[in-house]
Amino acid sequence: MTSLVLENITKRFGAVAAVDRVNLTVPDGSFVCLLGPSGCGKTTLLRMIAGLEEPSEGRVLVGGDDVTRTPAHRRDFGMVFQSLALFPHLSVGENIAYPLRIRGVPRAEQARRVEELLALVRLPGFGERPVAKLSGGQRQRVAIARALALQPRLFLLDEPLSALDAKLREAMQVELRQLQQRLGITTIVVTHDQREAMTMADLVVVMNEGRIRQSAPPVEIYRRPADTFVADFIGITNLLRARRGPDGAVRVAGGFLAGVTLPAEEAMISVRPEDVRLVPPEAAAITGRVEFVRDLGASIEIYVEAEGQRIVAVASPRERPDLQPGATVGLALPADACVVLGA
Amino acid sequence: MSRLLARLFMAVVGIVLAAPIVVVAGVSFNAQRTLTFPPVGFSLAWFGEIFADAGWRGALLTSLAIAASSAALAVAIAFPLAWFLWRWHAPWARLFQVLGTAPFILPPVITALGFLSFWATAGFYGAPWTVVISHAVFLVTLPLVTITLGFSSIDPSLTEAAATMGADDRTVLRTVVLPLVTPYLVSGYAFAFVLSLNEYIIAYMVAGFTVETLPIKIFNALRYGYTPTMAAVTVFFVAAAALVFSLVARFGDLPRLLGAWSSRES
Amino acid sequence: MTTARPQKLADYAPLVFPAVMLTVFFVVPFGIMVAVSFFRRVQGAFYEPDFVLANYARFLSVFFGEVLGFSLVLAALVAVVAVTIAFPFTYLLARLPRRRQVLWLVALLSIVSLSEVIVGFAWSTLFSRTAGITNVLVALGLMDEPMSLSPSFGALLTGLSYHAFPYTVLVLYPALARLDPTLMEAARTLGASPPCAFVTVVVPALRNTILATLIMVFVFALGAYLLPQLLGRPSNWTLSVLITDQAIYQSNLPFAAAMAVFLVLVSLALVGLSLLVGRKEAAQ
Repeated sequence: MTSLVLENITKRFGAVAAVDRVNLTVPDGSFVCLLGPSGCGKTTLLRMIAGLEEPSEGRVLVGGDDVTRTPAHRRDFGMVFQSLALFPHLSVGENIAYPLRIRGVPRAEQARRVEELLALVRLPGFGERPVAKLSGGQRQRVAIARALALQPRLFLLDEPLSALDAKLREAMQVELRQLQQRLGITTIVVTHDQREAMTMADLVVVMNEGRIRQSAPPVEIYRRPADTFVADFIGITNLLRARRGPDGAVRVAGGFLAGVTLPAEEAMISVRPEDVRLVPPEAAAITGRVEFVRDLGASIEIYVEAEGQRIVAVASPRERPDLQPGATVGLALPADACVVLGA
Repeated sequence: MSRLLARLFMAVVGIVLAAPIVVVAGVSFNAQRTLTFPPVGFSLAWFGEIFADAGWRGALLTSLAIAASSAALAVAIAFPLAWFLWRWHAPWARLFQVLGTAPFILPPVITALGFLSFWATAGFYGAPWTVVISHAVFLVTLPLVTITLGFSSIDPSLTEAAATMGADDRTVLRTVVLPLVTPYLVSGYAFAFVLSLNEYIIAYMVAGFTVETLPIKIFNALRYGYTPTMAAVTVFFVAAAALVFSLVARFGDLPRLLGAWSSRES
Repeated sequence: MTTARPQKLADYAPLVFPAVMLTVFFVVPFGIMVAVSFFRRVQGAFYEPDFVLANYARFLSVFFGEVLGFSLVLAALVAVVAVTIAFPFTYLLARLPRRRQVLWLVALLSIVSLSEVIVGFAWSTLFSRTAGITNVLVALGLMDEPMSLSPSFGALLTGLSYHAFPYTVLVLYPALARLDPTLMEAARTLGASPPCAFVTVVVPALRNTILATLIMVFVFALGAYLLPQLLGRPSNWTLSVLITDQAIYQSNLPFAAAMAVFLVLVSLALVGLSLLVGRKEAAQ
């Protein structure tokens, strides 16, 4: 019903295109994260969906209706702002009741709905409190409750958790996802935090320089990045230059890579550190020298230099490889873990 | 729709704000010695008279001299006070900050009468330099506010860094603090200068019978009927203020000086 | 920087000059004025030291009561008019692109710094028969012949509101420039049209600022001393005019001083109130 379709959305500020020909379909009831570095256009895109910014080109369709020229206050979307934008002159209950009040909903109905929403965000009995007296997490919940007061067609959140400390943020991510699943509401979240995106989203949309680089479920984004930007931006990866010889064999970092084919003579290959296996040097295709060992307790990262390229491998503490900087090691890159990317 | 209404509203306010000045400017270009608008003929004679007529020229020079020196004195009072309040934690010294702000917020008649009583009692009633001191004390608020703002915008770690490199208090003041607050100091001077130029009641009460500043001259002349010269002087006032504030805006951050947070980036 | 307390006597050195200047040329004159308000007036000279309450007793006359009442009502009216127009204006101003905002600010500063003499002269020209707005109305066919609109209460109210308007904008500007723009956006996503959001969010969120500004403008208007003379009839004269008149033309400094002390008390009480209100909002 309330699927969202973006058609060729472009936003230009002067000569700069902050958002450049974005096409995206968000199915009804799904949770989408717009993910990208700061300045990639994700917030501008969200503001255009909300109606706070008018696209220079393109169309926004919600449930099949073209809302491109509909002003924000007639769209019936709920939005949570990065600053939360709680009204300082109103109490918690009055903040939540605001959209109902300005629509002339009867007082008793307002009160009933406020109680319902406070229960939903687990702040029962907070209605009378002034907003200024709340903790960061509580303010967060009030902002969410206010945005949901009207049972919006779309639920939009702009970096909603960025003001919270790391622990609380992780807890809120889970809570937000559960809430969304319970309500079945189509939700779009802007974030620069990939953990957040991986935790919550059905669909992750990675953006850079105003364009969508890849939109796919989180695991696919991680396992099958579409290009070097996505591979590099999501998690840690080894981006290695690979060459195809005249015989068709692929060489990476001075060793042969079996089972991988390249589309061109030269390409980039992405291998996640946890997929790189340490093997005895004599049996290995690729050998290198250990530069640095970073023992993080839960995992151990080994930085290896091989033929001028740096390759990071992650070992679990149980393996506890006995390696010192300067030692020679062998590396195995499993073919199914290597993603071939364009140059 | 509402954006159009907003523009219309601002335009109407702009027109009303400009109207008296436009009419006065128009009148000042009249060819004859009459106050008519739209002007009959075109002449710059009335502007010439400001400089040709000894009375107007004298008033202009007096006003400029008083404004220049009283603004300088106001800055000389405000700067050390603002510096002290920024450098040290001394709550009781805030009293002087209040004293520096009070004359400007109270109705000017009161400050004027206070000065009149004072100078009359001290026996200097009517001396031109009393106007300079009176204006400086009256207008000290402006440089005090801008310079205090300037100090508050200095990152304390800058002075700490200078101190770790061996600079003593004086050297820090001279090499780090002063260059950073200079724009605020200059704008404080500019504000005080323009307001002194326009100030009437204090100058009038303190030395109105002996010293004739431009506003006093206009007011006195008003009693004998309106002339286009007054209109020309008015145009001069508006132009002078606009010029000074444009310069402040050109070389400083005007929205910030007037209390907005640093210029909005996004 | 403000954590250290002054250590040596020499640390106080920068304070000396400002302290002396402000004490000698503000506190002392103020004190003298208060003292003079209890002095006895002497015909032909200024006054002589004494302690009489006669100057204050004159307040009890009907005439003085009328002038005071008129001054307060006029100042209140000006404050309401100026804030009513300036508040939405400043809101829009603070949202303009920076360049245009700076242009407006330069214009407002230029006008706010204009002497009352200039403002009075400009408006009396605009209200005059020969060069005034009625000529425009005649040209448009809305009026038969040009007429003079001043002196009158309307002319005075217009002139004072004009004089107070840029001041009001500059007093409101910091609060409105710092207002979080996402508050308005949030209201809009919650279904409020821009005018509705302005009335239900911006105005109530800044109600204390508005109140404090009303008081500031009230005090500002109370201080006007020339516009009532230039644009109003003698019956429109305010307390400030009366003080000037008594001090300069009637040479009755003690009575002028007594009125000034009274005006100070009213103004101080109001300014104190506005600071209190402002602080309450800052604490929120």
